[in-house]
Order: sequence, then C-alpha cells, then structure tokens
Amino acid sequence: MDDPVDQAQGRDKPVATHDYAIEARGLVKRFGNTLAVNGVDITVPRGAIYGILGPNGAGKTTTLRMILGIIDPDEGVRRIFGEDRPQRIARRIGYLPEERGLYPAMKAPDAIAFMGSLRGLPQAEGRRRGIEMMEEYGLGHAVDKKIKELSKGMAQTVQLLGTLVHRPELVILDEPFSGLDAINQGKLEGLIRQLAEDGTTVIFSTHVIHHAERLCSDVAIIAGGKVPYAGSVEVARDRLPPQVRLETENADGPWRAALPASAVRDGAAWVFEVPDTGIEPLLRSLIEGNAGIRSLSIERAGLHDAFVTIAGEAAAKAMQTQATGQEEPA
Amino acid sequence: MNDSSRLSLWQAAYVIARRDFSAIVFSKVFLLFLIGPLFFLALSAGGGYIGGMAASGITDPALGLAMSPQDNAAAKQANETLDPLVGMPDVVVIDGEESAQPQALLDDEDRNLFAVLTGSLQDPLLTGPKDDVERWEGEVAMMVGAARGEAIPQASLRTTITDNGIINRQTAQDVTARAGITMLFMLTMFLAGMILSNLVEEKGNKIIEILAAAIPMDAVFVGKLFAMLGVSLVGLTVWGTAAGVILFLGASALPVIPPPALGWPLFFALFVIYFSMSYLLIGSVFITIGSMAPTVRDVQTISLPATILNLVVFFVSMFALSRPGSPFEVAAAIFPLSSPYMMLARAAQDGVIWWHVAAIAWQILWVAIFVKVGAGLFRSWVLKSGSAGREKGTGRKGLLGMLRPGTNQSS
Repeated sequence: MDDPVDQAQGRDKPVATHDYAIEARGLVKRFGNTLAVNGVDITVPRGAIYGILGPNGAGKTTTLRMILGIIDPDEGVRRIFGEDRPQRIARRIGYLPEERGLYPAMKAPDAIAFMGSLRGLPQAEGRRRGIEMMEEYGLGHAVDKKIKELSKGMAQTVQLLGTLVHRPELVILDEPFSGLDAINQGKLEGLIRQLAEDGTTVIFSTHVIHHAERLCSDVAIIAGGKVPYAGSVEVARDRLPPQVRLETENADGPWRAALPASAVRDGAAWVFEVPDTGIEPLLRSLIEGNAGIRSLSIERAGLHDAFVTIAGEAAAKAMQTQATGQEEPA
Repeated sequence: MNDSSRLSLWQAAYVIARRDFSAIVFSKVFLLFLIGPLFFLALSAGGGYIGGMAASGITDPALGLAMSPQDNAAAKQANETLDPLVGMPDVVVIDGEESAQPQALLDDEDRNLFAVLTGSLQDPLLTGPKDDVERWEGEVAMMVGAARGEAIPQASLRTTITDNGIINRQTAQDVTARAGITMLFMLTMFLAGMILSNLVEEKGNKIIEILAAAIPMDAVFVGKLFAMLGVSLVGLTVWGTAAGVILFLGASALPVIPPPALGWPLFFALFVIYFSMSYLLIGSVFITIGSMAPTVRDVQTISLPATILNLVVFFVSMFALSRPGSPFEVAAAIFPLSSPYMMLARAAQDGVIWWHVAAIAWQILWVAIFVKVGAGLFRSWVLKSGSAGREKGTGRKGLLGMLRPGTNQSS
C-alpha cells in the first residue's frame, strides 16, 4: 500500500523509516470546539533544514508540540527517529519554544546547564560547555551575569545555546527569528546552516518566508490547520512556471500581438508566463514588431509566489501582515 | 541513563528538585522562611486557644469525694459555698465500695479525677499526684473545715502522693497533641503557600513548556513537591537546633511540655513523617489547583478553596481530638488529609506503634494517588493534552506506571 505521506510529498518510492528524523501522519488536535490542526502529514529527512511556514494561528506551534510529545494529538501518529513517544529520546532532541522562558535569578551558564541537565547532560559538563558556547557566540562578557541582567536578545541567545548544549541530533525551533534584530537574525541563520553542516536536523517554524527560502531544503506550508504542501522548496517553486519580465522602449506597436493574453503590467514592465512555444519565437516577434527591447528576463517563481498559489491569497496576506512588524535580516 | 533514552521519572524529578531547592535555599527569601516560626508562634497560640475551646467538651478534672455519704454531701455543700469566693475545684461525689481505693479511682479513664478525698471530715486523706495535691491542698482543707462548720475553715489534711493519674497525663498529652497538630497545620500551610509561589514563578517565566518537552510532567510535580519538602526539612533542622539550644540554656525558665505517650524521640520522628505526608498531600492539591489558573494573578485567587479545605481539615482534627475513640475521630484518622494530624495526636496520646506503621503506609498510598491525579490534571490544564499520538499498545497506564523508571507520562 502506498504511503500517504510519500504521496502527499510526491515521492515515487517509499523511503525506509530510519531515514526520517520525523514522521507525522494524520495529526488532529482540537481545543474545545476549535479544530487547531486537521490531519497534518509531515516527513522530515535526516540532516535537512526544514521550515514550517504559515501565518500565526495556522497550527504551527500546535503541530510542533504534538511532534515533540508536549501534547498528544487527538488523532494520528508521530515518530521521531522512529520512536512514537518522543520524550523517550529527549536526549537526542533540542527544543526552543516560541515563548521564551528562563529563570531570571540564574546565571547564564547555569541556565544553559539546567536546560542540558533536563536532557541528561551532567550539570558540571553543561556549565563548562555553556561558558564555552557563550564565548564562542560573543557572550563571553556575560558569563557572570544573571538572566535578568541580560538584554532580551542576549537572553534569547542564551536560551538557544541551552537548546543546543547537549548536542542534539534534532533541533526544533519555534519562531526562532521572532524578537531578534537584523544582526542577530543573520547570526541565527548562520548557526542553523552550521548545525546542518554538522549533520543535525533542524526544523523551524516561521511566518517570514525569506528565512525559509534562504535556509530550507524542505518546507511544509500550513494554513488553517492543514498542510497543503510538504516537500522540497525547489519542487514548490517549480509548481509555478517561470515568469517573463519585459521592458520595452516603445509603449505600443505591432509587437503587442506577440504578448500572451495573460500578460499584465507591473510598473513599466510586462509580466507573463513563458509561452508554451518557448522564448525564441517570442523574441523574434518582439524584434520584428519593433518593440525596442530594453530588458527581458526569465525569473523563476519565488517561495512567496508558491505559497500564494498553494495556501491562497488570504494566508499569504496574513503572513505578510504579521511579518511587517519584524525586522528583516541583514 | 543510556545514550538513546531520557531521564527517568526520578532522575528528572531530582533535576527539578535540585534547581528549586538551590534557588530557594540560596535566596534572601529563605531567611524570611527561617524566621517564619516567630509568626507561627503567634498563630499557634491562637490555634491552641481555638483548640482548647474545641476541647472544652472534655470536663475539667475534678476532685473525687469518697468519704461517707453524709460527709460527701457536707463537703460538696461547703465547696459550692466557697466556690464563688475562692475558686474551688469541681467535685464528684463517689459513694460505694470503690471509694476505698483512691488509686483505682484516679486510674479509671471514665472518671476525670485529679485527686480523691477519702477518710472522713475529721480525718481527711487527700490522694493524688504531687502537682495536683500541692495545687489544691489549701482549698480542700478550707472545704473540709467549712463542712465541719468551723468558724475559720481550715482543717489539717493528710496527703498521699501518687504517680501522675491517667486523666492528668491524658489531659497534659492533649496539650501536646494540640500543639503538634497546630504546628503541623501552620507549617503545611506555609509550605503549600511557598510551592504556589514557586508555580507562579514557573508560569511567569514560561518555562513549563521547556520542562514538558524534556521530562514527564509527573517529574515536574514530584520534583517541585520534594524540593519544597527538602527546604522545609532544612528549616526544621535549623529550628530544631535553635530550640534545642534554647532548651539547653534555659530549660528551668521554660514551662515543661508534657511528654507524648511515645516519648520525644519517636514523637519528633513521627512529626517529621506526618508533616511530610501532610505537606505532600496538601501541596499536591495546591499545585494542581494552581495549574488551573490561566494567569499568574489568578493563581492566588484560585488557591483559596484549597486553603479553606486545609483550614477545615485542621478544625475537624482539633474537634476530633476532643472525642477520643469516637467514630468521628476514627474517620478523621482515616481521611487522607486529616490522617497526618490525627495520627500525630495519637502519637502524643497513645503508645501503640503499629497504628503509625499502618497509617504511614496508608498516607503514602494517598500521596501517590494525589500526585498521579494531580500530575494528570496539571498536564491537561497546562498543556491541553489529547489521547492519541503513539502506536496502540505502547502506553503504560495506571498508578504503578509512575513508579517505573523511564515511564513516559505525558506523551
């Protein structure tokens, strides 16, 4: 029998379970009468940087909580490294929740060590690693400071280091860029890439598409509690045909007949899909029709365009609105 | 732990308990905790007074009149005449054969006698414990003189000193029992309040989710409960040491506390055990109720029912103490929340040890039930958990599940 997750992702061949860091099938979660998550299927390959994209309230955090075993789904099954009770392998997982939490009176290395000790790392070793990591990430001056004495960004970094101190194989970050300034967002992107290079599987949720576009090999688009798409970023972008962007010297003339009916104006340019006949006949017609080509480019669809196509205009607008208040990375 | 697993319930509880314990003991607030007993003393005095009121159902010990019926009647009449003037003891007239054996009368639990007057008005003999004889000798001599019809009522008395009478000892041990219950109650309430504050901190810091992702919620529960228990035991050690020093330095200046039936060492040991049980029971109720609160502010408000519950348990225990051997007292000793109070009182009043073994086992069972149920409610209320998520047949359910290492309670 065909694997529904594989089908959803358009995979031709089933992949052995142990190749996945995460498998979630048919996850459903209700809070009272509210259906928060409605049949989510997600499969995350080992070693991937995986993004979960969606506006606030789409069900991202609930999905992550179910995957982690913080809450149990009402229906469905999830496995991490083949284990359907994720807390049994807590030592292999690092988790940064959306709502940041640290004990204010703890010193920063102690806070890191405490988070490590929750995952089985001896406290003394956690403290030693914590100091090392703080120095590595530019917080060496704060090793003697209490959490309440740190800035919000520094405290957030400390919590991130606490998430990583036990060297997990899988890191799950819920809205990790939220609340960070542009410089720290850039640093975090670098850290995520570094983790993936070291073989760690990284999953993060975000409502800012650019982060996912820059970092992720795979994404799940979640809207209204459902996952209309889960798979590689490239495949998502390939769902839309490439777009031609044309600027001409002459506003009108016989060349206009060469444009497809779907062409639309975007400022001084015309934008339309690459014709089925290909680009060469179009070029010939434009030249013969005396268009006076100023520029012509063929652009591949971005993840944002793919998101609009897959999740719908409303979800895309919601994402854009929520992202407006958040600084873009440098 | 092995490489692929997670912390067991008890390992995780230890991590939580170590953090909480360190955070509290090494904080300035802990100093306030240590001086808290001063506050206790004031409230204990109030509690003792209330307890005394509740115990007023027990008639005060009386003087037994065990002479001839005529002499008894005359003495009683004289007592009633003198009472408004000088404050006489209550008297009980004893006619019959048993009047010849004052020691037997004093040892009879159904009577409530501090001393017995035998012989005759011409040759009276007052028998009783030394303290009571010395306390009432003058009044009794006056009563005998008045009964004889003397103008200046002052007869000479012969006295016989006995061991402390049964009623006398019981009355004294009631005081110890009441004091023990009051101490237990105040300490439990204080600690339960502190654990609530601790939960408030946890909610305020939004760290619950980090804990829930890494360890079973039962471990958070158990860790927090036992951390505060550890804190309180540190406090008890400090207070006990201080009290010991004070007693050593100024023993003669302090009133003598009646010794409990089981003796002080065992009584102290049982106090620590029953305090632990009482705290774990009430503390788990507090932390469970606290977890229901949607906001930090609501935590204090929503804990009021638990506070009232504990107050009711305290007063019920005090009342039951005044009804020894009654079904009410037995029920109070069985009911989990009042059981530690009542059994501590028993330790003061009665020398039977096996009751305590049974009671402690019973209370441990209820602690496990309270923690298990509380942790389940805590998980549901805090994190809105469902019921699916894993393959069928892989879950461990039931009370015993939490006692097995490595059991996942929240996934």
